[in-house]
Amino acid sequence: MSYLIGENMTGGYGAADILHGCNIIAEKGEIAVIVGPNGAGKSTAMKAIFGMLNIHTGSIILDGEDITSLSPQARVAKGMAFVPQTANVFPSMSVEENLEMGAFLRRDDISKTMDEVFDLFPILKDKRNQNAGELSGGQRQQVAVGRALMTQPKVLMLDEPTAGVSPIVMDELFDNIIEVAKTGITILMVEQNARQALNIADKGYVMVQGRNKFTDTGEVLLNNPEVRKSFLGG
Amino acid sequence: MEDLLNAFFLMSNFVFVPAIAYGSQLALGAVGVTLVYGILRFSNFAHGDIMAFGTMIVILFTWLFQSYGINLGPLPTALIALPFGILATAIFLLGSDKFVYKFYREKKAVPVTYLIASVGIMFVLNGIVRFIIGPDDQRFADGERFIIKAKAMKQYLGTAEGVSIKVSQGLTVVTAVIVVVALFWFLNKTRTGKSMRAFSDNEDLALLSGISPDKVVSVTWILVAILATIAGTLYGLDKSFKPFTYFMLLLPIFASAIVGGLGNPLGAIAGGFVIAFSEIMITYPYKKFVAYIVPGDWKPEGLVQLLATDYKFAVSFIILVLVLLFKPTGIFAGKSV
Repeated sequence: MSYLIGENMTGGYGAADILHGCNIIAEKGEIAVIVGPNGAGKSTAMKAIFGMLNIHTGSIILDGEDITSLSPQARVAKGMAFVPQTANVFPSMSVEENLEMGAFLRRDDISKTMDEVFDLFPILKDKRNQNAGELSGGQRQQVAVGRALMTQPKVLMLDEPTAGVSPIVMDELFDNIIEVAKTGITILMVEQNARQALNIADKGYVMVQGRNKFTDTGEVLLNNPEVRKSFLGG
Repeated sequence: MEDLLNAFFLMSNFVFVPAIAYGSQLALGAVGVTLVYGILRFSNFAHGDIMAFGTMIVILFTWLFQSYGINLGPLPTALIALPFGILATAIFLLGSDKFVYKFYREKKAVPVTYLIASVGIMFVLNGIVRFIIGPDDQRFADGERFIIKAKAMKQYLGTAEGVSIKVSQGLTVVTAVIVVVALFWFLNKTRTGKSMRAFSDNEDLALLSGISPDKVVSVTWILVAILATIAGTLYGLDKSFKPFTYFMLLLPIFASAIVGGLGNPLGAIAGGFVIAFSEIMITYPYKKFVAYIVPGDWKPEGLVQLLATDYKFAVSFIILVLVLLFKPTGIFAGKSV
């Protein structure tokens, strides 16, 4: 059985459904990427998996356990971590305090995890006493990912982590994400930069209007002429 | 030379020392308002009356201790009564949160709803305080009156003006420093304090990090109880206790919090002193002071007072309006209103 399963998810924010029987599956230590046009329900699908949106049909299963009815907070305790697209740091708190807050639920020694985050993002170590609000966009994303990693999650969910950062920083962030996946953490990511994201993806989901349009490995999707034509600009 | 010294002593007695004491009292009040604004996200109009309620309990316990003959010697008995006042206020605030604000929190009400609810709490407190202790002036300061007496200093220095510092003024400044240092230590060094700052910064992300909103809210109310009761008691010791005066204090307190930058405790402290110094310096009659520093026959006939003391609240109002017009986020860049 797969590690994280969002099965037949149907639901939306209000009366109208945004997701229509959408399926998202990720294995342990795998990078799964959701791509698709604007308004396809990519972020909505991820929020549904994290419990920020009620689905009336379908279920979410984490490591064999049905977590469909749990609140987002309870899912954090189960080992899921979510990095929102915007407002994903505590701006008036230092980098170190941001990481500490990520580990708020933990009662054990967090210094080892913090060292691991600093190894992953060396720049943050230099800026540990600076307020997160004063950092550049890319560094702020690193703080946001670092904060999520502090809970020692089993699943890390990223909502457009490269939105608004420069191409160089984007490559760097993707490298970091591969590093994180290598440690055995399952990664589920929504991305606008479809080509680069599918490049690093073990599994890709192309969504259109709340439904799965194509599902395959990143490589196959990149080589699929129809996907290339419709979603990757040729 | 002696005239300059006299002029300086005069200013110290009637402007600097009282303004520092009043500023400390306003600062403590404004920090309470700013905490509620930063964490619970509304302007708490009941703050002045929370101060009155806390002070009333302190006064009642002070009278009780006085009747038993318990006192602190040179220091006011109110200091022993303070913990009881804080406890009662904390219970009241936690109760008001449970029965009023929690309802709106669960409905995710807009800030203005909380504000109106706080006006309701204000009227309730207004009534409770007047019902229990009455609308009149109450004096409850005992112990020594002065740390430095004007008369003794006059003889010692041989100047026309003495230097005087009241016990209540010294106590206010010392207590305010201790309270503020303790508060900043709590907010910056403890796990609970940091979680409160995180909640104030980004509520959604705080929830995602597993920070419990109920705990943050309760701790905030307890801090407000501590700050408001101490501020009210110090003000009462320094001047006197009258419920209506405490209600009126709401304006300079809000002015302080906004001038400093709402949601920023450091700004609230700076704002408190800005308001206190402006209020006192603008309403002080400088006649005697000018007489000391100009040659004898230039002595002014009028009071040399910019504004009568009756208008002191207008000073807070003008500063408030100016800040909102030109720098709405306040001196220390808090949240814009």
